[in-house]
Amino acid sequence: MSARSLVVVGHGMVGHRLCQALRERDAGSVWDVTVLAEEPRPAYDRVGLSAYFTGSTADDLSLVAAGFLDHPRLRVRLGEPVVAVDRAGRSVRTAPGHTYRYDALVLATGSYPFVPPVPGREAAGCHVYRTIEDLDAISASARSSRTGTGVVIGGGLLGLEAANALRSLGLTTHVVEFAPRLMPAQVDDAGGQTLRAHVTGLGIGVHTATVTERIEADADGRVARLVFGRHPEGLTGLDADVVVFSAGIRPRDELARESGLAVGERGGVVVDEGCRTGDEHVYAIGECAVAGGRVYGLVAPGYAMAEVVADRLLGGAASFTGADMSTKLKLLGVDVASFGDAFAATPGALPITFADPVAGVYKKLVLSDDAASVLGGILVGDAGEYGTLRALVGAAGAVPDDPAQLILPAGGGSGGSGGSGAGVALPAQAQICSCNNVTHGQICAAIGDHGLTDVAGIKGCTNAGTSCASCVPMLRTILGQQLAAAGVEVSTALCEHFDHSRAELFELVRVRGITTFSQLVAEHGRGRGCEVCRPVVASILASIHNEYILEGERAALQDTNDHMLANIQKDGTYSVIPRLPGGEVTPEALILIGEVARDFRLYTKITGGQRIDLLGARVEDLPKIWQRLTDAGLESGHAYGKSLRTVKSCVGETWCRYGVQDSTTLAIDLELRYRGLRSPHKIKMAVSGCARECAEARSKDVGVIATDLGWNLYLGGNGGFRPRHAELFAADLDTETLVRHIDRFLMFYVRTADRLQRTAPWIEGLDGGLAHVRAVIVEDSLGICAELDAAMAHHVDTYRDEWKATLADPVALRRFTSFVNAPDTSDPDIVHVLERGQPRPARDGERAALIAGTTTVTGRSA
Amino acid sequence: MNWTDVCALADLTPDRGVGALVDGAQVAVFRLGDGPVLAVGNTDPIARANVLCRGLVGSRGDRAVVFSPLHKQAFDLVTGVCLDAEDVRIPVHPVEVRAGRVFVGPAGAAGAARRIV
Repeated sequence: MSARSLVVVGHGMVGHRLCQALRERDAGSVWDVTVLAEEPRPAYDRVGLSAYFTGSTADDLSLVAAGFLDHPRLRVRLGEPVVAVDRAGRSVRTAPGHTYRYDALVLATGSYPFVPPVPGREAAGCHVYRTIEDLDAISASARSSRTGTGVVIGGGLLGLEAANALRSLGLTTHVVEFAPRLMPAQVDDAGGQTLRAHVTGLGIGVHTATVTERIEADADGRVARLVFGRHPEGLTGLDADVVVFSAGIRPRDELARESGLAVGERGGVVVDEGCRTGDEHVYAIGECAVAGGRVYGLVAPGYAMAEVVADRLLGGAASFTGADMSTKLKLLGVDVASFGDAFAATPGALPITFADPVAGVYKKLVLSDDAASVLGGILVGDAGEYGTLRALVGAAGAVPDDPAQLILPAGGGSGGSGGSGAGVALPAQAQICSCNNVTHGQICAAIGDHGLTDVAGIKGCTNAGTSCASCVPMLRTILGQQLAAAGVEVSTALCEHFDHSRAELFELVRVRGITTFSQLVAEHGRGRGCEVCRPVVASILASIHNEYILEGERAALQDTNDHMLANIQKDGTYSVIPRLPGGEVTPEALILIGEVARDFRLYTKITGGQRIDLLGARVEDLPKIWQRLTDAGLESGHAYGKSLRTVKSCVGETWCRYGVQDSTTLAIDLELRYRGLRSPHKIKMAVSGCARECAEARSKDVGVIATDLGWNLYLGGNGGFRPRHAELFAADLDTETLVRHIDRFLMFYVRTADRLQRTAPWIEGLDGGLAHVRAVIVEDSLGICAELDAAMAHHVDTYRDEWKATLADPVALRRFTSFVNAPDTSDPDIVHVLERGQPRPARDGERAALIAGTTTVTGRSA
Repeated sequence: MNWTDVCALADLTPDRGVGALVDGAQVAVFRLGDGPVLAVGNTDPIARANVLCRGLVGSRGDRAVVFSPLHKQAFDLVTGVCLDAEDVRIPVHPVEVRAGRVFVGPAGAAGAARRIV
């Protein structure tokens, strides 16, 4: 039998899900799939669109795995929208005029943003928030903004995301909402109040119960002002030249209308439980469909519809009978969750509420009239219990005798925050991942059947946690419970020489006062060690004792970078980075660095951390280079160590007309305080002098941003392979409190993190996450703050410059030769050529040419 | 055998290497703890740079190895075989320690190294 033709209209998240599901299950190759897409790029994560403003690229957002589009029975035509459906002839026509025949047609056209009919809405600078192209346009408008002010019309879920985007683009941001509260569809009045307090605390203006009457443009046609027809405080309008409409969505149902298919009262293609329209050959899924009388504007129901259609196309009888509209998100750093019957609409429903206005937390749990089962709830400010509570919805008899315990904060002294769900027995049918409809029972079965030992394995086997990831903490909890029940121990052994984790070795060294690797490996390990455990132990010894790292036996533990106090490069030369605290450098130091680079023929480049990197230094030149740098008062920058790198800063209020605090001085003080601190991985910091954030502090492990009242402290950011934004830990701190928090944070991290674990995954791995860090270092829940403080005081008191110490030690200096029996000979295989006036390692072809004598070689310095 | 006197035994830091020139060849010489002295070619054949003398030494199973400082592959100090890429091997040099001096010979057949304390 020849293959049948499936045409999918639209390659959004839901259309793509259908393709995936079909390609996975269509073992008999029944269907050839053609996707006709309007957008110029394949499916991307529209739910995560805002990440585009925080460093993610269009490629990062792509949902299409490498190679997927090469499937021989799948073709995707991008930028080729369908303009007409001929149901009688079973074909579609696209904008370029091509015709595609179909045996089955699936409309997955999604929705378009609703723009309320406000006069003036066509002005330049007015946008919607739906596609990557929209986001590019918003960025462009923000860059050309003269007022520096942006307004989002619509205070729902997407509106607040858009507000965060405008804020991250540096605009003073306002949100205008017609309803009397933010997120009216998800939270009640009390929840809306709590959310409002968080949002206004971020400097975003909130105008609820406000009607925008018209938009006024300037002479160039650019939006200039919003005029309000109603405002609770009588505000007449706002001057702004960037406007984003985020007032809901409308289904893209024009193809259905024009081809005579039934559409809903408020739009949307009407489908039955099989997601089929009135035409047996035509289906509709996702936001363009009306199922059971409603349009589902979330991705999870869309995915469910895609799965139903895939099943039906292969002869199955799956049906879509409505979906869980639960939502959990982090908006502007605030947890907001809403699930089940959040508004207690069920007759006799019993709501229990908990509010802590100081902490900005509001929780509501809705119980059935007999208080035996959970119907729904709302969580604002702390949604740690979301996974457990949502899974309990509909599970009879799972509510404890005192249901309030489910939302009350964990009792004092336990240290962790609530929310892990431990202690509540989940029934097997409890749904853990609502995006992919995976139950507790399925996850447990996968763990048992496949012998899974990590969350990644669960994701691979069940798809749970692969969409919005809000259930990942639950997955971790379930995994732990299952493994404990099965008596499986997950190995945390560092390497073949130690059965201990880095944190356990740290405690052994600290508590038992061990000072050498040989003692540690003799008493607690085996063998000679390796490239993993030797540097780890070297780092632990350095963190605890802070003694010269090249002293005696410790010299043999250091990786070559720590051993040579420089960073090895691909050709065996090293790079040199002197410390420039806060990125501040005097003209004299700058000239000296330039002279050193010139005299030793070093390639010179400015780093991302506001320092100067000198590359291509030969081993035997390192002491000579450092003698000159040290003589001028420069110190090691520890660019070679797993330790504090830099504290980047802006010029702050000293020079900048926007600055509100002296960020440069704070950055220098922090860099001098923590310089040389050995840690599980590198540590980066930054201090910005105002909310414009020029120092990019939120991309650092420790980020400090000045406020009018003091400093906001952000923890757990990083760039690199998996970029992360740091999260707000504490606001408006005075300098002393700020430094105390950072001291304890760093020492707690140094003590307990795994090898090569940056702060973000370390925090994520703690039971309770950042809330646990707060409990430990602010509330002293573990009673270790005095120890952490003492450890940092010891570090600060005993710091000394490693290069200065090395230059004063004739034994240590002996290592800086290429050949022990020819100390004045340099490695002859190191060859550099000039490019743009600077040296770089010769490439293979150039080496050959050098032998023929045709290329300029940079000679060795005297 | 044409031995080259490269240094005093006391010049070698336990569990660290030094580079040496032996008949024009670059050699990495290691002292394992307070035990044997071993020598291999100094060139990392994978990264093609003369850096092995600056790698960490240790053990994998019961084999004494040096880890390339560039990409951390382990090389068996006795046979020269790369334990992370079996078809890659480095030359092995014989070593003798006489009267507190370390002598290194030209690269021999793999595995033929003599170890003398």
